Amino acid sequence: MDYITIDTKRVPIEGEKNVLSLIRKAGIDLPTFCYHSELSIYGACRMCVVEDERGRIFASCSEQPRPGMVIYTNTKKIQAYRRLIIELLLSAHCRDCTTCQKNGTCSLQELAYRVGVHAVRFLNDKKRIALDMSSPSIVRDPNKCILCGDCVRTCDEIQGIGAIDFAFRGSKTQVMPAFDKTLAETDCVGCGQCVTVCPTAAISIRTNVTQIWNAIDDPNVRVVAQIAPAVRVAVGDSFNIPKGENCFGILVAALRTMGFDEIYDTSFAADLTVMEESKELAERLEKNEKLPLFTSCCPGWVKYCENKYPEFKDNISTCRSPQGMFSAVIKDYFKEKDEKDGKRTVVVSIMPCTAKKGEILRPDNFTEGRQDTDFVITTQEVVRMIKQVGIQFEQLEAEAADMPFGVASGGGTIFGTTGGVTEAVLRRLAKEKNYKNLKEISYMGVRGDELIKEATVSLGDREVKIAVVHSLGKAGELLEMMKSGEAGYDFVEVMACRRGCIMGGGQPPFAGPRTKKSRMEGLYKIDSMSNIRYPDENPVLLQMYDNFLAGKEHKLLHRNLAE
Amino acid sequence: MLEQSYYDKADEIIAEHGRIQKALIPIIQDIQAYYRYLPSELLSYVALQLGINEAKAYSVATFYENFSFEAKGKYVIRVCDGTACHVRKSSLILERLYKELGLSKEKHTTDDMLFTLETVSCLGACGLAPVLTVNDEVHPSMTPEKVSELIAGLRGEQA
Repeated sequence: MDYITIDTKRVPIEGEKNVLSLIRKAGIDLPTFCYHSELSIYGACRMCVVEDERGRIFASCSEQPRPGMVIYTNTKKIQAYRRLIIELLLSAHCRDCTTCQKNGTCSLQELAYRVGVHAVRFLNDKKRIALDMSSPSIVRDPNKCILCGDCVRTCDEIQGIGAIDFAFRGSKTQVMPAFDKTLAETDCVGCGQCVTVCPTAAISIRTNVTQIWNAIDDPNVRVVAQIAPAVRVAVGDSFNIPKGENCFGILVAALRTMGFDEIYDTSFAADLTVMEESKELAERLEKNEKLPLFTSCCPGWVKYCENKYPEFKDNISTCRSPQGMFSAVIKDYFKEKDEKDGKRTVVVSIMPCTAKKGEILRPDNFTEGRQDTDFVITTQEVVRMIKQVGIQFEQLEAEAADMPFGVASGGGTIFGTTGGVTEAVLRRLAKEKNYKNLKEISYMGVRGDELIKEATVSLGDREVKIAVVHSLGKAGELLEMMKSGEAGYDFVEVMACRRGCIMGGGQPPFAGPRTKKSRMEGLYKIDSMSNIRYPDENPVLLQMYDNFLAGKEHKLLHRNLAE
Repeated sequence: MLEQSYYDKADEIIAEHGRIQKALIPIIQDIQAYYRYLPSELLSYVALQLGINEAKAYSVATFYENFSFEAKGKYVIRVCDGTACHVRKSSLILERLYKELGLSKEKHTTDDMLFTLETVSCLGACGLAPVLTVNDEVHPSMTPEKVSELIAGLRGEQA
């Protein structure tokens, strides 16, 4: 076995591509801004510099490990080097830390503290640049950018969009859309993956917290919350709760403390989606038209498809997303009661996603001209609200969601991870509903991290070909393959974010590989512990189809595409 | 939106270099050589044709000082402000030019589209410092007086 020596410790080389990975394996958390294991290596931030035995300094992220290498990670020279880098970064940085969105979770702040920068000797002579508030999902503040390029590479390499890039040169360099356009004028879909990698608040979530407090404060408003599946396995991250643990019950309790009137589970609406989408798939298969059927749950994907592949627009399911269906149902459900009580219902949806903030503004998601979801807040924003109130989240007793929309199947819950929608649809379409069948579906190959997953299932006398893809870059590749005829499917599930909603742009940031895995496992665990696992066995839902929903399915559950 | 002829010209230039991503720079160089500037619409058009996202193409075009999105005057005057020219008082030459042409650090081109004034970091002719070029013609050992003569001469050519 080959070794390299890190600070006198021998570390075996086991296929690592760079020295940085070996250093981290040795238990040293070397600081970095621009290194992300899923992105290309950029070597811009120079924080990961190390020294070799000849006193040569190099960036460990972009150095291949060679057997017998001897390196030091914490010499005096390196300490001084790192301090100077941070000092220079801070000198050109808007340092309004106390009022910054990222206060407390900012990597620049953290590293300035870690490397021990106590004063900044250089004057900031940069002109203040106006914020880009054009997107309903994210805000761009160039004054806080440290030019690590993480957002640029994420948008281009992972999402295949490339809405932003570096412009100009040297001290004038800035990250911006072409010709300094606003984000709204680009192909940005609002997925927020740039937010999850941004070390500072140069790109942050467009927050709606104030509007929620206003609604709660208004006695004439009935504030109804819906909680998306992926939120429950991530919200605990901010409160020292083990990663991936189901915090749904605690979150319900916290929302009640804050003053929400009704709290529901979006997984219920996911069950509705399964019913509608399965029906749509069966119809299209029978008529053999508009195949493959693309899922419509993910607003990032829907917008991407409309922007870049309009020829496939009609293949997208006409179903609203679970969020959209649910808000329409909630508004309709409370209509009479509102009139009687003299109240107004405001639907707040708590989502792992920044693109959902854009989805609610789309006219095809309105019902008879009415915006159904009033506000979307992300997991990060709900965490901020919990902290504002001072709720000791980890000490709360879990509570159940309200009826009637508090009951959901396990199939609805796994919508939060890649492959979940497909698995739930397969459960719906299965003839025999039993434990053996559930296991068979789970082994079909729709679960897991792989970026493009394929499966074939027999429905009647037909072999139905299924693909599951996550990250828009891969979705683009899949569409290109379909265009060239290399691939053909009947049903395709697309999630804009890698691993699905559990890694959405609104989730607590800086999730490492273990956290990603735990979130996924967390959802599957909730599913396997559910009494109801088949969406079409959800008793509340079945009853609703017979009564309240009868005749309104199209109006409330599908997008009004005519408008 | 530009006239169709611009896009036809761009198509012609793209065809010469091939529809490949690495041809981006030579293509936009040729477009700039032809129009004496790079129309922003054409940069977006070329990016689309080559399958490069617009932000990346803009990144490339703004990285190099040489590309300009602004239409340039008939005479492009480049004043060298490299070290050798700088110590031999190129700033006085620049000032005289600003005054003669009514231009400034922010305004580079005269309204009659006759003159564009730029500074460059080095023309590689330090022995001739201070030096400037008018289009591709080199004017060595400049003084403010010679600048005034030069401008008057160029204006005279027009009349």
